Amino acid sequence: MTRKLPKKDVVIVGLGWTGSIMAHELTDEGLDVVAIERGPWRDAPTEYPPNYAQDELRYRIRHELFLRPDQTTFTFRNKMNQTALPIRSWGSFMPPNGVGGGGVHWNAETWRFLPSDFVLKTHLTQRYGASFLPEHMTIQDWGVTYDDLEAHYDRFEYLCGTSGTAGNLRGKIQEGGNPFEGPRSRPYPTPAQAQPFSHTLFGKAARELGYKPFPQPSGNLSKAYTNPLGVRLGPCTYCGFCEWFGCGNYSKASPQTTILPVLVRKSNFAVRDNSEVTRINTDRSNKRATGVTFVDTAGEEWEQPADLVILSAYTLFNVQLLLLSKIGEPYDPVANKGVIGRNFTHQTISTANGFFDNKKFNFNPFIASGSIGMCIDEFNGDNFDHGPHGFVGGGYMGQVQTNGRPISTTPIPPGTPKWGAAWKAAVRDNYLSSVVPGTGVHGSFYSYRDIYLDLDPTYRDRFDRPLMRMTIDFHDNEVKQNTFLTDHFGEIIKAMGANQVAKEYRKAPYDATQYQTTHVCGGAIMGADRATSALNRYLQSWDVPNLFVMGASAYPQNAGYNPTGTLCALAYWSAAAIRNQYLKNPGPLVDA
Amino acid sequence: MPKRATSTVLGATAVLVLLLVAMKSVVATTPDSQAFEQIERGRYLAIAADCVACHTVLDAGKPFAGGRPIETPFGNIVTPNITPDLDTGIGAWTDDEFDNAVRRGIRPNGARLYPAMPFTAYTKMSREDVLAIRAYLKTVASVHNEVVTNTLPFPFNIRAVMRVWNALYFTNGEFRPDQQKSAEWNRGAFLVQGPGHCTACHTPKSFLGGDKTSEYLRGSRLQGWFAPNITNDARTGLGSWSASDVATYLKTGHNRVTAATGPMAEAVKYSTSHMTDSDLAAIATYLKSVPGEPDNPSPVRMDDPSMIGGQAIYRDQCSACHSLDGRGVPQLFPSLADSSMARSSDPTTLIRIILRGARSVATAAEPTAPGMPSFGWQLDDAQVAAVVTYIRNAWGSAAAPVSARDVSSARSDLQGRTD
Amino acid sequence: MGLSRRDLLASTALFLLGGVPTRAAVIVDRLPWTPNAGSPPVPVKPGPWLFFTGPEGRAVEAIADRIIPVDPETPGGKDAGCAVFIDRQMAGPYGRQDGLYNRPPFLKGTKEQGPQSEEGPAQQYREALAALDRYCRSKYAGRVFAELGDSDKDDILTGLEQGAVILDGADGNAFFLQMIKDVQQGFFADPIYGCNRDMVGWRMIGYPGARYNYLDWVHRHNERFPLPPVSIAGRADWTPKSR
Repeated sequence: MTRKLPKKDVVIVGLGWTGSIMAHELTDEGLDVVAIERGPWRDAPTEYPPNYAQDELRYRIRHELFLRPDQTTFTFRNKMNQTALPIRSWGSFMPPNGVGGGGVHWNAETWRFLPSDFVLKTHLTQRYGASFLPEHMTIQDWGVTYDDLEAHYDRFEYLCGTSGTAGNLRGKIQEGGNPFEGPRSRPYPTPAQAQPFSHTLFGKAARELGYKPFPQPSGNLSKAYTNPLGVRLGPCTYCGFCEWFGCGNYSKASPQTTILPVLVRKSNFAVRDNSEVTRINTDRSNKRATGVTFVDTAGEEWEQPADLVILSAYTLFNVQLLLLSKIGEPYDPVANKGVIGRNFTHQTISTANGFFDNKKFNFNPFIASGSIGMCIDEFNGDNFDHGPHGFVGGGYMGQVQTNGRPISTTPIPPGTPKWGAAWKAAVRDNYLSSVVPGTGVHGSFYSYRDIYLDLDPTYRDRFDRPLMRMTIDFHDNEVKQNTFLTDHFGEIIKAMGANQVAKEYRKAPYDATQYQTTHVCGGAIMGADRATSALNRYLQSWDVPNLFVMGASAYPQNAGYNPTGTLCALAYWSAAAIRNQYLKNPGPLVDA
Repeated sequence: MPKRATSTVLGATAVLVLLLVAMKSVVATTPDSQAFEQIERGRYLAIAADCVACHTVLDAGKPFAGGRPIETPFGNIVTPNITPDLDTGIGAWTDDEFDNAVRRGIRPNGARLYPAMPFTAYTKMSREDVLAIRAYLKTVASVHNEVVTNTLPFPFNIRAVMRVWNALYFTNGEFRPDQQKSAEWNRGAFLVQGPGHCTACHTPKSFLGGDKTSEYLRGSRLQGWFAPNITNDARTGLGSWSASDVATYLKTGHNRVTAATGPMAEAVKYSTSHMTDSDLAAIATYLKSVPGEPDNPSPVRMDDPSMIGGQAIYRDQCSACHSLDGRGVPQLFPSLADSSMARSSDPTTLIRIILRGARSVATAAEPTAPGMPSFGWQLDDAQVAAVVTYIRNAWGSAAAPVSARDVSSARSDLQGRTD
Repeated sequence: MGLSRRDLLASTALFLLGGVPTRAAVIVDRLPWTPNAGSPPVPVKPGPWLFFTGPEGRAVEAIADRIIPVDPETPGGKDAGCAVFIDRQMAGPYGRQDGLYNRPPFLKGTKEQGPQSEEGPAQQYREALAALDRYCRSKYAGRVFAELGDSDKDDILTGLEQGAVILDGADGNAFFLQMIKDVQQGFFADPIYGCNRDMVGWRMIGYPGARYNYLDWVHRHNERFPLPPVSIAGRADWTPKSR
């Protein structure tokens, strides 16, 4: 028996980064807002304090902060002619759960996309011709431009206190920053983080090879900061327990450290934790959302009616809820019709590890933060001429090693036995003198007709609903892109003075057991054409105008950067449209 | 007219005239309890006196309806309902009865109030002050809430005992300004001694629970906390704080050195953060004029085993937030190096925070409310004693060392507490 | 603390999720806080096996000592506590596959689709250790793995790794790869989990352990970090030495 709650103006599904931004914006507008979060409340002093947060086994290996696959998982196959099987234990990505979402345990790498990324189809077609693009590549323009979003990127960076060195200030290229970035209106709110030894050495080697290295933009702050909401953060202390871990000392930007203390004080805001939304409800016309249904931990079902629904549950759960709620036409790859589930992408990640003379180099890898690193952007986006190379896309690369945690980061040179006395000696001799960048090459993943999401025909979750099915593989374009990038990356590692460089290319088939960042994107994409997108340029559903869908599910393809900065900028952009236009005149903001 | 009738008429007229005159003077001197300015004055005084904190079960949604147990060394006292409810509140009380209760500790039926109700401080207020508070309380939502107030164990449940106690510890009388001091000082003195009743927590008590007036505001242990020294003592009080530091602390709950937690967080949240800047400046001026105790312990030596152990713990754990130099992060993590509270003669608060963790107060000006995690599961008694001793004596400060036994008795005292 | 001061509409219930009790609540007005909150780890206590039988424990110790052999500077897997670590892990949620998706059908897929086994690690260990000792008894005159000489042990393990040694009744290759992982994880995990005793693994490589503040060392490039490792349970220096 579903119990109905009193109506709210707004219901927000999932209280992560975009949910928190939307909640803050819409409560400021005077609306009565409730957020419903599947996972538990989380906060540093109680859930990840600095006296037990630094536990690699518990958080990195046993995944304690993440969703349990038993709560919800996905099935996976590479190709359409295979049978998809359940992801029984997480591998290639780690779905978040809990208040703060991925914002609790991300690295806080805070990038902006390139201006060309937002008009990718137009740009590449103009430069290289349509036939240069692989057949069945389904990249699209976003419907917004970098210029549309600049003020909102700025807003997010100032919310977080992002530490960095500007590369392009209002059109003027700045020494020490990223010369390829789009113009920014003002400098970063705090200076770039100080770089430890190996990261500094990479920068030096890159410079000597003629590149323009710059510090990675970091949400681990270089100094104490008070954001525009009056919330204070402390300086990052380089503990080396960043991604996969909560920050114990208020120095990593997260909803908890930037928004929630102010948000919970508002009388027009409430959050329900440990409550899973199972359906977005619509009226008989299926053109208007009436609210959501959710289940609490006792198994009781509730209905939360609302005038406006914000779906901000993370890429995959957004798409899953749209499919299960029958909102929007599901994508059919054979007929090439439908929108929900299309243009699903991930990230093309690889690395090159360096082994140095341990009598000459001591890197203290345990002194690091999540967004530390010197990077170069020469090989990102369309920053170089792809004509001779036969692929499109690219990524940033850098020594971005975030940790020296010994369970995961005890590298041995290729060919070393995996066990025994030789293994032991190699681990001992190389721990302090190796460079293990991790996501050293962070490449784009463009979209294809046969990479998509839909509902699985066989496997079901604990509510007896079909699991969502992922069909995903690496196409030649991304493999070529990665080989090219990894080779260049390896050169820089070598130039640092490594005795041995072990390149680890990313190759097909896509392996769901190997972690490759949690930057899954697409499935409910934004665009100008409702035949090929689920959302308009304001992230408003074409089908259900009082539903807005946040997050990287909106990306028509993924660029060569971490996605969080852009999806938070889009949240601010969408919130502005809701506040300034939608609320005055509820209805479609863009004519179909 | 017959003579007798005339005198009766005259007498009656005289009485009538007297009555009229009396009424007129009553009208002239008793403010209109429904006048806006009276109610506003009362509301502000009620904030300064923080009536709501004790007389409300927090989070129950019934302000002033009583029912909150106040822990005293003699047992728990439950606060009465002071909403205007006629049956279970004070709606039926006269103004005199209300004034007698607030400023003299006497109930309408003549029974004595226990000094958990700080009438010993409220006596400093004037009758007009108290009637203003009454006027305000008449406007709060009436709540039917029967509260059983007599909950102390024998012999303390015999209220007549209070006659003796009052004779020892209660000096009846309004605040008298000191003509030698500034208006600001006097305002601060009135607020601190009167409605603010700071002495209730911050002055040590005799075994009978009365103020040890010779140690005025030098700190006192209660409810599992040590309310620190708030005199101008340089080592353990406000001596190294500027007046502005004091005012900022009271207004926002945080300043460059420390943050309010525990019962003081409540006082900030419901009382001082709502007071005017000039009143907070006055309080600061007054407190910094109160002399501290001339005590100068020698620091524990850095090579003492406790200091060595404490330094290791500090480097490995505490420095994560309180920084390698002990100075913390201003407005976020308290500066232990500058902390006078840490050097208190009674280390109860320091031990308690380390064992159980603490949440600092959130105010509109300072919403972050950073929390300290609990270390009680991680550090044993000797280790807590070592790190507490270290914190009290590193960085050029000095205070008596703390023993493992101090910590273990703190642990048992904290056992049953829920806050 | 943290529950609504307005009427609570949500029902509340305790739900055990991987051992951590959770409760649905409505959060308004202030950040929640309770004393002694959080879920600090419970250190492993030395003592009898919680999962392994005697023979299983001895086999695991013996394998651990070949995966990480003893050398003059650093203990081997057995003395470091790797078998204790694995035993406690098998007895807990990891061994039982708690929280993983365990619904049927269980079909064999590609390597990229990951493990599709109904059995959890605990069950796999049990079966594989039994199969290993059966193999050894049949090939080495009735002796079990733990009773063999080091070079025989290494031969068997190499054989498992390369697929030359096939066990009957268990996937020996998968088991050995799993065990390499578990042994090495234990060797470098925090000592509270039963292995890396006295932080020997961390000392071997120069890892300073569960520290949180390196701000005074970020700028010190190419210098050896001098402080000893510390566990979540602390280190010896935390306890004042009595004179």
